[in-house]
Amino acid sequence: MPVILELILKSLVLIFVLLTGFAYMSLVERKVLARLQARYGPNRAGPFGLLQPLADGLKLIVKESITPKSVDVPIYFLAPVLVVIPALILFAVIPVGPGDLFQLASKVNVGVLYVLGVMGVAVYGIVLAGWSSNNKYASLGGLRASAQLISYELGMGLAMVTVVLMAGSMSMADIVAAQLPTQFGGVLGWFIFRQPVAAVVFAITALAETMRSPFDLVEAEQELTAGYMTEYSGMKFALFFMGEYVKMIAVSGLFATFFLGGWSGPFVSEVPLLGLVYFTIKVIACLLLMILVRATLPRVRYDKLMAIGWKTLMPVMLANVVITAVLIVIGVPGYK
Amino acid sequence: METAVRTDFGFVGVMFVTAFLLMAATLYAASLLRPKKPNKEKLSTYECGMETVGDTWVQFRSQYYIFALVFVLFDVEVLLLFPIAVAFGSLSLFATLQAMLFVVILLAALLFAWRKGVLEWK
Repeated sequence: MPVILELILKSLVLIFVLLTGFAYMSLVERKVLARLQARYGPNRAGPFGLLQPLADGLKLIVKESITPKSVDVPIYFLAPVLVVIPALILFAVIPVGPGDLFQLASKVNVGVLYVLGVMGVAVYGIVLAGWSSNNKYASLGGLRASAQLISYELGMGLAMVTVVLMAGSMSMADIVAAQLPTQFGGVLGWFIFRQPVAAVVFAITALAETMRSPFDLVEAEQELTAGYMTEYSGMKFALFFMGEYVKMIAVSGLFATFFLGGWSGPFVSEVPLLGLVYFTIKVIACLLLMILVRATLPRVRYDKLMAIGWKTLMPVMLANVVITAVLIVIGVPGYK
Repeated sequence: METAVRTDFGFVGVMFVTAFLLMAATLYAASLLRPKKPNKEKLSTYECGMETVGDTWVQFRSQYYIFALVFVLFDVEVLLLFPIAVAFGSLSLFATLQAMLFVVILLAALLFAWRKGVLEWK
């Protein structure tokens, strides 16, 4: 069973990398936010606060986990797992570099559908957490999550349709291959230059999907205490936190793959390892952008948020799909 | 199916199982390490220190269901666009026009729901 062993090892490494990424993402976010607000941020644990994630993790693991009397127990325990697992397995289909080792499961021929499906499952965790907590703040958070997700999934789905239309395949490997410099005009081959509208809409919907500011109404601290995770503590709370950040990393990876050419870059064919470096740089750039957005924009009002999803993003994306299709039929350079 | 594709599907499955076991192990490890000293106040519902008033599990506004219904409609239609998008390069002109017509119907349905006021909060 060497194949199975290899797969297990590969997935363990991937999960370990994602969790490390999550730990340091939380530190970087606190640091960057602090600097933008003229504070220092965490700087006690280790040099530059580098050991802070370790301290946080250790603290959360030894904290008492309170299960309030009035919760719906099985669902209450299921919810954090339902949040964190989709976030982790989302990354399985994203190629992180050239060569078999870094391609992960990118040859799955329904890659894009898989991504949409797994993202759809992730919201169940949040809705169920809100509902099972038997707490008004939590259940409002859960309700908001479901309404927000259904408003933004359509825009995201249509942005993905555009990408599939351009690449002619739902496999992530083919989507990256369609953006390689050899295909069309060097760096202009990236879909962000050929499909700018889809890229912007995908970025907005990605913020909404990960419940990041300015779309963080689900856990709006000032009005809902902590939204759906009000009643969670200890390790179960940590799992929600983990799920949120890992999902941010995964969504950034998706953006890099769909619009920034994935692992492609100069000299990749000579030194395959460079592909991994380029991919990581692109993902980190997306993550920093997300932090910057959080530091800059105020929260959107709830009815406005739904209106943006239905009345702006969706018609714009439908028009974009039609225009892209027409460009492909006419045969404009860059659109086949 | 090619072996490569099959291995890739296998990887997704293995990743799911590994992630599940790892998370279960984390929760179990935490349950061994953490203290357990519940009391009446800790186990009560936290609503910012106030006594809980009324039932949480109530019926929601019916507008949520209408939104959900519209969503299901459009989501299925978006999913139907994926196979068209994959095969778009090899479609005949007739099939292409049909696909366009499909998107136009989609747009008309959105406008209809919009005019009906489904997308407004009152």
